[in-house]
Amino acid sequence: MPTRIKLHDGEFSLAEDPFTHVTDDEDLVRGDLIISLTRFQSEGERLLAEGRSVGVRLEPAEEVEVLAYDLPRLALVAVAFPKFNDGRAYTAARLLRERYGFKGEVRAVGDVLREQAGFMVRVGFDAFEPADGSTPEQWAHTAHRQRHVYQRAADRRPPAFAERE
Amino acid sequence: MYQYDTLDKEFLADRAAEFREQVGRRLAGEITEDQFKPIRLMNGLYLQLHAYMLRVAIPYGSLNPAQLRVLADIGRTYDKGYGHFTTRQNLQFHWIKLADTPDILDRLAAVDMHAIQTSGNCIRNTTADPYSGATVEEVDDPRVWSEAIRQWSSLHPEFSFLPRKFKIAITGAAKDRTAAKVHDIGLMMRRGRDGTLGFEVIVGGGLGRTPFVGPTIKEFLPANRLVSYLEAVLRVYNRHGRRDNKYKARIKILVSALGAEEFGRQVEEEWAKIGPEGDLPDTEIARIRGAFAPLAFDSLVNRSEAFETAKAADPALARFARNNLREHKRAGYTIIEISLKAIGETPGDATSDQMDVIADLAERYGQGDIRVTHEQNIVLPHVKLDDVPAVHAALAAVGLATPNVNLITDMIACPGLDYCALANARAIPIAQDIARTFADQDRAELIGELKIKISGCINACGHHHVGHIGILGVDKKGEEFYQLTLGGSGAEDAAVGSMLGPALPADRVAPAIDTLVEVYLRERQGQERFLDTFRRTGVVPFKEAVYADAN
Repeated sequence: MPTRIKLHDGEFSLAEDPFTHVTDDEDLVRGDLIISLTRFQSEGERLLAEGRSVGVRLEPAEEVEVLAYDLPRLALVAVAFPKFNDGRAYTAARLLRERYGFKGEVRAVGDVLREQAGFMVRVGFDAFEPADGSTPEQWAHTAHRQRHVYQRAADRRPPAFAERE
Repeated sequence: MYQYDTLDKEFLADRAAEFREQVGRRLAGEITEDQFKPIRLMNGLYLQLHAYMLRVAIPYGSLNPAQLRVLADIGRTYDKGYGHFTTRQNLQFHWIKLADTPDILDRLAAVDMHAIQTSGNCIRNTTADPYSGATVEEVDDPRVWSEAIRQWSSLHPEFSFLPRKFKIAITGAAKDRTAAKVHDIGLMMRRGRDGTLGFEVIVGGGLGRTPFVGPTIKEFLPANRLVSYLEAVLRVYNRHGRRDNKYKARIKILVSALGAEEFGRQVEEEWAKIGPEGDLPDTEIARIRGAFAPLAFDSLVNRSEAFETAKAADPALARFARNNLREHKRAGYTIIEISLKAIGETPGDATSDQMDVIADLAERYGQGDIRVTHEQNIVLPHVKLDDVPAVHAALAAVGLATPNVNLITDMIACPGLDYCALANARAIPIAQDIARTFADQDRAELIGELKIKISGCINACGHHHVGHIGILGVDKKGEEFYQLTLGGSGAEDAAVGSMLGPALPADRVAPAIDTLVEVYLRERQGQERFLDTFRRTGVVPFKEAVYADAN
């Protein structure tokens, strides 16, 4: 079974991935699926009724707001980085956590690089499909490199001004 | 200035350690230049025509003597004995070796400095009025708010991969020395009707290929709501700014496409959702204000006999005093602006030895406070009038007493084709030509305030659009030509200049400026500046004169 890096209780580890990514032109397979927003809108109801876990892959131009009412029934949201420097994914993840209180997995997919680990963790990503072959150890190293942070974000780390109190 | 606490220091130390490791991986060949590029660009390291260029952040242009000495020493040890102050109030070293950069960053971190976010599509160094805390004109000290923004924007997890770079400027004075209206966000401090402190928020100004004077999207933002409001602006931009074309990716394009009103509405909507939870606690703002080391001013009268006597005896000092001093809020003190525009030198360059002298003077006479201006000069903001003769003599001894602040030879110029891979034409030799043409100080003073700004390409790092006279280098079939614009301003009366006519070859630029100045001197009425005369007469008399000459 394929794997992805999972962040749980501050620990990064390689975890088996029960989900299969299915693009819009591929046939559905058995089991738990990650599908596009469009496909979810047309077929999600049926897949959920079959008792499957379903995740939605959100592209940068797709606004997280459209998922708001569906979030409670989604197992995960896979937020796509078509390129590592497409920063819209960071806003999407942060809103999922902070504004919608989404408790499921928020997974970084696409051009996912270890150098971005710190930022990704702070906005609420807790699963990663690295494109650079990086390991959980490398992710842990990068994500924990700064002892302090200056702003509030979705990770609940106390920002500098709170640490100073 | 703001005193870094343990936490601020550890933040920089961690960052420097990270970069050392990344450079190590690059030097060991574990990553390619392509993979390394986004990493080095997060740390202000550019690969230029001849070498690496390292851009060091000088938060809101504020330095202490220890920091300036370290910059001087880095220039001496790792560069060719000088540094270049930029229009972002930063400092660039143009001849850096990659292998040296980790050591340089460590040396910077040891004096609370860094190169974080001096490049890349993130929130860049916030610029502020270089006379902050000293000028009689200010409503409040913008450095407090600049420091709050520095912290909030440093390694911001959501806003480090914006569509394009993002620059914020703050002025506490109505007379704007920050070019706030041509920034992605310009903040102009105001007192509200009830006396409370706030900001007028201007969004979507900018230069480059498509210059805009930014519209005001909020007349009065209460000061303690600053951070949440910035978050709202940045979030709307991060989500909706264009990413398909880097030349259309700045926020100005989004604001212009949506219209200021609609953009402002979207920001308000987002801001309401964020709420006051997104703001800094008042206690933290108070802490930041308190962390600015208090200055000890003596009670003095606003006239120094020693200074007056020295001026009467020394015409050079008198001239320096006329042009390079500004009124201080405390009686008996003055603001000294040191021009880095010595005739024939590169605008904005300072040698390591000069930096050391400035550091010494700041320590001895200036309460240890040093500022960099966006017009590429240095300021000693708190000097006793009594001490001006001594400071002037020490500056003169190292070629730093050029008495030309705000005069025609006080130009902005980008590094141009001499250093920059993007440039189409050289900028520095043009500035040097013009400086030599107007080397006569009496004539320069007669001409009065005239801001010339020179860019070596359309990216407009030299701010040519907002020069009273702007000069843009263009490439015509492999030859350097220069396009002149007139009537721009980056100050509170901001405007984008309009084109004079066909571009001129390099050797025609300084003579054309001379002609423009002659037209101004002929046409001006009363106390008009060049800009005022131009705005009254329009382009015609200027155009006729320059192109009559050219024919």
